[in-house]
Amino acid sequence: MEPVLEIRNLNVEYGLGDRAVRAVRDVNLTLHRGEVLGLAGESGSGKSTLAYGLTRLLAPPGVITGGEVIYHPEKGDPYDVLGLSDKALRAFRWAETAIVFQGAMNSLNPVHKISTQLTDVLKAHDPNMSEHSRNARAREMLKLVGISPDRMDAYPHQLSGGMRQRVMIGMALILQPQVVIMDEPTTALDVVMQRQILGQLIELRERLGFSVIFITHDLSLLVEFSNRIAIMYGGRIVEEAPASTIYRDALHPYSKGLLSSFPALRGPRRELAGIPGSPPDLAGMPTGCSFHPRCPKAFEPCSTHIPVLGRPDSPDGAARSVACWLHPTEQPVG
Amino acid sequence: MKYFLQRIAFYLFTAWAAITLNFFIPRLVPGDPVQSLIAKFRGQLSTEAINSLYVLFGLDDNKGLWAQYVDYWKQLFQGDLGLSFTFFPSPVADIIGDALPWTVLLVGITTVISFLIGTGLGVFAGWRRGSWTDGLLPVTTFFSSVPYFWLGIIAIYLLTGPDSFFPSSGGFDSSLVPAWDQYFIPSALQHSLLPALTILISSVSGWILSMRNMMVTVSSEDYITVAHAKGLSERRVAVSYAARNALLPNISGFALSLGFIVGGTLLVEIVFSYPGLGFILLQALGAKDYPLMQGIFLVITISVLVANLLADLAYLLLDPRTRKEG
Repeated sequence: MEPVLEIRNLNVEYGLGDRAVRAVRDVNLTLHRGEVLGLAGESGSGKSTLAYGLTRLLAPPGVITGGEVIYHPEKGDPYDVLGLSDKALRAFRWAETAIVFQGAMNSLNPVHKISTQLTDVLKAHDPNMSEHSRNARAREMLKLVGISPDRMDAYPHQLSGGMRQRVMIGMALILQPQVVIMDEPTTALDVVMQRQILGQLIELRERLGFSVIFITHDLSLLVEFSNRIAIMYGGRIVEEAPASTIYRDALHPYSKGLLSSFPALRGPRRELAGIPGSPPDLAGMPTGCSFHPRCPKAFEPCSTHIPVLGRPDSPDGAARSVACWLHPTEQPVG
Repeated sequence: MKYFLQRIAFYLFTAWAAITLNFFIPRLVPGDPVQSLIAKFRGQLSTEAINSLYVLFGLDDNKGLWAQYVDYWKQLFQGDLGLSFTFFPSPVADIIGDALPWTVLLVGITTVISFLIGTGLGVFAGWRRGSWTDGLLPVTTFFSSVPYFWLGIIAIYLLTGPDSFFPSSGGFDSSLVPAWDQYFIPSALQHSLLPALTILISSVSGWILSMRNMMVTVSSEDYITVAHAKGLSERRVAVSYAARNALLPNISGFALSLGFIVGGTLLVEIVFSYPGLGFILLQALGAKDYPLMQGIFLVITISVLVANLLADLAYLLLDPRTRKEG
């Protein structure tokens, strides 16, 4: 499978100098064309920062301190998003990489009609498009996400939370981007609505062929909806594998902890357990593996040496990687 | 429409309550105009003279409070606000009619200009927060905490004098007769510059500060991040997404300040002896001139209510969330 987005050694910090907090550390991640890549982790693990960082949307004091984000357009040569000029970046945004944000309720500007908000992005990216065809496109997108096009003239407050998030999904797809980043897109919605919207999104993905980076703390959703899952802890990726592999046979104790903290709908019963302790303070990270103070299986190298993400020595090792001293890696990935 | 009628009914009720209070309050103040005249003449008035003064001011017949109240309303509907005691025998309506344009033009135009400049600068400072514009904030905070009249006194002290371009008092050159001609208008403009600048400098900072702070608050809203992510131009995000939302709280502040145009800058008018309503009000207060005071309070009350009504309408227009139907 060919890659569409390659993140290489990305580092993001909040603040400058000695007091800077490293929120994303040496992250390597590849998104392939047409796949749904899940990104999971507790609050503060750096998953949203990673998403904001790769689209250069970090609000000050967030700074990208190193790395590359290589984007492979459908036609033409790959380029580094972090090196784009402001103008090129504006053209890149939404046309190539669109985002559905976590605040479903606050993502729409309350004083403009949704038609205005759907069409201004068309106007910004294609000034020559006629008003008529802009409106037609906006209607089409609403229909695509299951909202009656006669709601074009509605204001955001006249729509329910689920409808607003559908509008946001329609808006994200309006320029037919290659990559859609979903940052906890359904956290603000109830469980029934969550499934409905995600199901619809996956169906759209099959029809339109875009790739998805799906960020959530809800691993059960990821197991169901994504192809591959990357687990983040303390700003690093600690494990990455196909969704079914993670579900059946997670290697990293943190992944196992996450998996055993929600009940499975099918299959044998199993004990529910949380992960003791709390997420690490990014300003004062533990030495060695950042998970070792909470890890039930921590042993001698964990507190002194940082494990490197690499291929584990297991039968399906070629398709997965893990950063844990329990699973000595053959070669570092990336 | 129903909402609109409700608002109108609310404002009519408020107007009634305000006018009624306006009728009673001066009558609760101890003393009356004749007493203050007696004081003025240091008790050298004979009893006959005092009695004739009571007759002259119409304070002789002992009508009940209720009868006076009914009369007050009757006269109000005829546009008759009574005769002034201080400027006897001019009708109050004429005195207010003469003074009102001075105040409305001076303070009204300055308030609008101040709002426009302050909001514009506030949008800029809020959008470019963290840049050199933040250095202006302490200066604006200083000026917004300085009272108008103090700034006026300083301005008179520093800028006026025998050879100065700026006159220190009055609304026009005393050798001229008010008329719309080429002599009077430049003179009136020249006289209004210093009071206008005084008001402008001390009020513009408030608008800058509040608009900047709202811009900073709004800038962290999710829809601003979305607008950036959509690849919209910086200008569009700043104006149509950020400033458009940040403006809403300022609109009600602006409407309120429009309401205070008539009464709010009393001290500036006093400092500059500007022939506006505030200056008249001072004289009316000194002479316990009920009819004139009531007339001026009535104008102030009505202008505050009209300004509030305008704010409601502006809100309906600018914020779709306040529209109940549709």
